[in-house]
Amino acid sequence: MRKTLVLTTLLAALVAGCSSGVKLNDVPVEDKSNAASSGVNQGTGVASVVTEKAASGIGPVGVSHVVFFDYDSFVIKAEARPVIENHARFLQANKQRKAMLEGHTDERGGREYNLALGQKRAEAVQRALVLLGVPESQLESVSYGKEKPAAQGADEASYAKNRRVEFKY
Amino acid sequence: MFRFLIACLMMLAASVQAQFRVEVTGVGMTQMPIVVAPFKGEAGSPQKPAAIVQADLERSGLFKGIDAAGVALDELSRPDWSSWRQRNADALLGGSITRLADGRYDIRARLWDVVKGQDKGEYRETVGSADLRQASHRLADWVFQQLTGTPGAFATRIAYVTKAGGRYTLWVADSDGEGAQSALSSSEPIISPSWSPNGSQLAYVSFESRKPVIYVHEVASGRRKVVANFRGSNSAPAWAPDGKSLVATLSRDGGSQLFRVDLASGEARRLTTSAGIDTEPAFSSDGTALYFVSDRGGSPQIYRMPAQGGPAERVTFGGSYNISPAPSPDGRWLAYVSRIGGQFKLHVMDLQSGQSSAISDTSADERPGFAPNSRLIVYATVAQGREALMTSTVDGRIKARLAGQGGDIREPAWSPAKP
Repeated sequence: MRKTLVLTTLLAALVAGCSSGVKLNDVPVEDKSNAASSGVNQGTGVASVVTEKAASGIGPVGVSHVVFFDYDSFVIKAEARPVIENHARFLQANKQRKAMLEGHTDERGGREYNLALGQKRAEAVQRALVLLGVPESQLESVSYGKEKPAAQGADEASYAKNRRVEFKY
Repeated sequence: MFRFLIACLMMLAASVQAQFRVEVTGVGMTQMPIVVAPFKGEAGSPQKPAAIVQADLERSGLFKGIDAAGVALDELSRPDWSSWRQRNADALLGGSITRLADGRYDIRARLWDVVKGQDKGEYRETVGSADLRQASHRLADWVFQQLTGTPGAFATRIAYVTKAGGRYTLWVADSDGEGAQSALSSSEPIISPSWSPNGSQLAYVSFESRKPVIYVHEVASGRRKVVANFRGSNSAPAWAPDGKSLVATLSRDGGSQLFRVDLASGEARRLTTSAGIDTEPAFSSDGTALYFVSDRGGSPQIYRMPAQGGPAERVTFGGSYNISPAPSPDGRWLAYVSRIGGQFKLHVMDLQSGQSSAISDTSADERPGFAPNSRLIVYATVAQGREALMTSTVDGRIKARLAGQGGDIREPAWSPAKP
């Protein structure tokens, strides 16, 4: 088992080295002095910007923050009910708190279409919470599409972990 | 296993020599054989114009480079026609590159038609060292125009996103994927970059505030502005031809629907009202219509409607999953991705006849986009287990894998031609 893992890792590293067509240390350098003096290359300059992620808060303790979906489905499964009910109670007891419902999909298909599919899942959970009495003003449904998989594999077990809605506070 | 390692090492060795790889598939194509001789003075130059020009021409699918190792030729040479004809060359490019006293470089080249024994003219440009690659691409554009009568699209840029070590970076590179410069770096995903019509700004979706928000980013200065941060998800920006508004997918009213967002006021006007998903808007070449993806018929298909909204007609009929429409700037073609037997394949539709065909051998193709001269399509795919960018001719016969940064490369966007 371990041997297979090592081999796989080695292979992955080799394939990675193989498939990149360029020198990995070919870091782009912007030659500003020349760019400014030539006068014919306006538009070649690219300014670099770095962003950081916004922080998130804490939701109900001891409760799952994720519900899963079947392939190509937005139907809330029976096992997801108690999770959603727990979050509904938390939100009703904490009126000042807001929950972000993040829809996710598996990796198959286009990024933008998956973003729309994840949105459908998030909105399905939002409807369930509203039916349980949570005001819409405490909820926002958004989607990450396939951008943030919970599991990395390209198999059904991984896909099943990725088709989900996460509760974020 | 051992054989695989050997093959892999051989590929590594090859990639040191050639920074790109052109794959030719299919038979019976006519490619003009051209000699691009090494430029006089190249040894003292940070960039080698001949190699850049030859790679550009070959990637276009219309030219086949003839080995010019050891050939001494510049813009002042008088070619010996009979010897070039013996080597089956139809065209010949020779030139020189000279470093001037002020540090700039003088590039000169001459093109000859070997078949007719004719001088096709001289190209001259003086540039700073930072502009040498773009200048070489401009020279390739000139050669392309002289020999085919169509403008080249090599002196353009391709934006793309890499994911490496948990960081997402938006890059702006030359049209061959080289010379990339980082425009944005984030710990959260960046998707759907789209060039403004004048090529100075990029619109994209960034998740840095824990949800998809659309930004417009001025490439030269790095100045960026949130243009759509409505309740819910904001995604799939497409620039209107006048550059004053974007059409985008917003979920602010529930569901994913198309809106036109005015960049000056920030106001959004709804364009579609369907019960399902409407997304991936793309303006037709004349700007009067919008192609988009909708699941209103039960499965994702490509539709077309007036740019101001209105009745939509279905465009794709084959298969149950057709997404990512990309019309060509000349209005002849529509590139898109279709799922066939679980594989996602790049397709091209002839918009006149409605005939469509798959043009890739890969199975995870995404996000096609045309070069501004409508001759090449750039798209993302998975090759040898890694996300990679490819270009393909419209008929799918000539493909090249673009050079790029390490890590997974995705979400390409081809810039418009320089005004």
